[in-house]
Amino acid sequence: MKLTVNGNEHEVDVEDDMPLLWVLRDELKLTGTKYGCGIAQCGACTVHVDGIAVRSCQLAAASVEEGSEITTIEGLGSPEALHAVQEAWVEHQVAQCGYCQSGQIMQAASLLEDTTEPSDEQIDIVMGGNLCRCGTYPRIRAAVHTAAAKLREA
Amino acid sequence: MGAVKTITRRGFLVGSLAVGGGVAFGTFMAQRPYENPLQAGLGSGEASFNPWVHISPEKITLITPHADKGQGVVSSQAALIAEELDLEFGQFEIDFGKPDPAYYNTAMAEEGVPFMSTDESVVAETMRGIMGGVMKLMQLQGTGGSTSMPDSFHKLRYAGAVARETLKLAASNQTGIPVDQLTTKDGAVHLPDGTSLAYTELGSAAAGVESVARVTLRDPSEWRLIGKPMQRLDIMGKSTGTTTYGIDADVEGMVHAAVMINPCKGGPMKSFDDSKAREMRGVQDIFEITGGIAVVADNTWRAFQAANAVEIEWGKAPYPDEQAQHWEAVAASFNEEQLDSEWRNDGDVSAAAGDSFSAEYKSPYVAHQPLEPMNAIVCVTDDKVEVWTGHQMPIFLQQQVAAVTGHTPDQVVFHNHFIGGSFGHRLEFDYLKQAAEIAVKMPGTPVKMTYSREVDFAQDFPRHISMARGTSTFEDGKVTSIDLSIAAPSVIGSQMSRIGVAVPGPDSQISAGAWNNPYALENFRMRAYRAPELGPTSSWRAVGAPGAGFFFDSFLDETIHAAGADPMEERIRLMGHDVSRKVLEAAAEMSNWGAPLAPNQGKGVAFVESFGVPTAEVVQVTNTEWGIKIDQVWIALDVGTVIDPVNFENLVQGGVIFGLGHAMNSEITYKGGMAEQTNYHQHEAMRIWQTPEITVKGMENGHKVRGVGEPPVPPAAPALANAIFAATGQRLREMPFNKFIDFV
Repeated sequence: MKLTVNGNEHEVDVEDDMPLLWVLRDELKLTGTKYGCGIAQCGACTVHVDGIAVRSCQLAAASVEEGSEITTIEGLGSPEALHAVQEAWVEHQVAQCGYCQSGQIMQAASLLEDTTEPSDEQIDIVMGGNLCRCGTYPRIRAAVHTAAAKLREA
Repeated sequence: MGAVKTITRRGFLVGSLAVGGGVAFGTFMAQRPYENPLQAGLGSGEASFNPWVHISPEKITLITPHADKGQGVVSSQAALIAEELDLEFGQFEIDFGKPDPAYYNTAMAEEGVPFMSTDESVVAETMRGIMGGVMKLMQLQGTGGSTSMPDSFHKLRYAGAVARETLKLAASNQTGIPVDQLTTKDGAVHLPDGTSLAYTELGSAAAGVESVARVTLRDPSEWRLIGKPMQRLDIMGKSTGTTTYGIDADVEGMVHAAVMINPCKGGPMKSFDDSKAREMRGVQDIFEITGGIAVVADNTWRAFQAANAVEIEWGKAPYPDEQAQHWEAVAASFNEEQLDSEWRNDGDVSAAAGDSFSAEYKSPYVAHQPLEPMNAIVCVTDDKVEVWTGHQMPIFLQQQVAAVTGHTPDQVVFHNHFIGGSFGHRLEFDYLKQAAEIAVKMPGTPVKMTYSREVDFAQDFPRHISMARGTSTFEDGKVTSIDLSIAAPSVIGSQMSRIGVAVPGPDSQISAGAWNNPYALENFRMRAYRAPELGPTSSWRAVGAPGAGFFFDSFLDETIHAAGADPMEERIRLMGHDVSRKVLEAAAEMSNWGAPLAPNQGKGVAFVESFGVPTAEVVQVTNTEWGIKIDQVWIALDVGTVIDPVNFENLVQGGVIFGLGHAMNSEITYKGGMAEQTNYHQHEAMRIWQTPEITVKGMENGHKVRGVGEPPVPPAAPALANAIFAATGQRLREMPFNKFIDFV
């Protein structure tokens, strides 16, 4: 099957039910997307498919339509060219262990595509599926507000 | 009554020394410095002045051996060195270093010493010094017990200062300019004429110079880095998905493995049928390992799928099958035979005046479950074993892996990694030994073994269960006595037994967070009873204090309410330690304690000292029609010196959330010998929508530097229970609270 990930087209030979997560991690070696629970309970595997945040552990790679754009954390921005959400994450020093943060950032970026000025309540609802075992939630809230402001000004 | 096994200090010392090998060591051995591991293999133009600083013509490398599982200690360790070495962030690289006795942890001993942290008597301090020597002799390089900063604070600043002065001496030798006319700044030695020599240019000149031993540490007023907000060195990687955790490591030629181990932990495997699994795509091999089976495949998901397809018949657990039996065993332990130690017996609780109050409390098994599941890559060859993973105990790791593979520990090469959370889980070795066992069967091939989340839950060694029974008295609006007994299996005994170490003497963690609170109660007795070993358990963030602290502070709060006193004022009145009293007073001020609240609101305060950090938390809740909502938390704690106020605030808020979330929502229960909870939907602790606003105050009245990873956790549960009582009149004496009350 053909997959377009971060603008690059890949031909992969995997079974129809292999989750996108494992195609990304073990076949394409894009390890920024994390395995946490395997049952869409933690959000560590969140990526965008055509701009929509999805749990890649529950999405069979074969079900992604050919031509759809898959974006992972590596495609959102890089240390040299940060996305506004990543800038805010750095400024607020959100991460502790950091393992959930790829998923948090992808979820937040998707939220801000639709909602340019989210309330705390909206943040809580949309980010509620992303577990952080270290408890960085207060900084996640603050960083989402900062990122929203950056995107509005951009 | 018969002979009470009151702990004697002499008895403890002998017992602890036995941990180090049963030999009484002289002070000479303990004081002899370990060799600098960086000296071996220095190339041309390279120099190293101690185990933490390495300079080459290309770069400066600082060794930060304390494992980073999210606490940010890589940055904090580097900052301590850089402060004295006059380096800015960005002018050096960091390296976790290799396992070496030179990196032994002095501070880890302190928590085991049977003295209150507030006891700075000659005897207590001498004992701490002796225990530091024991740690050194045990080569105990490790991260845990909130000790990274206590261990590093002096040692790493000194390492930086020694490097600085030695570089100046090298520059002096090279230029002929006296040392006292040289200064250092921005990674260079500056000469009086305004020119400078970068440290990286001074390797050759420094190589032949003996390290300057007599150095003076800078006065805190001169600090550029310590105490100021820093940008964590790992923040960019962790915000861009470019940090390589152990689970992300990629070794040429690597295969992927999954395991199924008896969820009745320690029980045998009776039989297995892998005929279906062997036919599955990508499966290379399936074989038996200790306690279960391993699948080797060309992709982690395929290995998971095949492991699930193996049909296995498991044997019984070596502990009771049902949770109720575990509780019964603990409840039956409050007897003279099982008295582990009497930690306090001040005054006379039997003669205390006033009305009496009694209550019983329970604290459940709780899982660690960091988000990065346990994983390791191991590659075995004839004369070497390489291991890629994140771990907190590098030298024990070498020993444990070597025992599986048949190598010597020094043949085990360990590549440590950033760790995706631990909470105590990365102190364990079973996952490593399983990965090593698989790799032994495939010599020369690197094997990456990853736990599925379900296997991780099933194989976790949770926080121990415990119970408390208390009787107290009060009179004239004052608490007059506290008599508290706690029973629990020994978590330290369980944990150490898995690496073959028998720990003699009492387990201070059964009642840590209770006996050591520095209240000056006139009549105070604190007894710990040792329940038999039940399900295997392990240190969970703050170890004994989340349970015992909940018991002690809840019981104190109930007694204060029974006496009709104000919970904050009475705690302050009873407090016998200045630094701790100031912490309580700060929490009262921050939370505007005593200000009027709505009828459906309540505030609760709790104070627990753990790891030498007096910590007071105030929680405010509202009793809504949908359940309890946590409105706000205020926390004040004294760590002596705050290294980085931003990281400090993040860690403290995270600790509060960790403490609250598990107290509200999480427990592990056994059925048929297996943990009933299999994934996060049954053990999720706190999510963002339950997270309150948390205001943090770091205080610096204590004169010892303390760690902050664990201390914010223990007071969270009792502060919440006390707040819920204040708002509703309902007293919660057992965690998790959601068994008894709804949360919004």
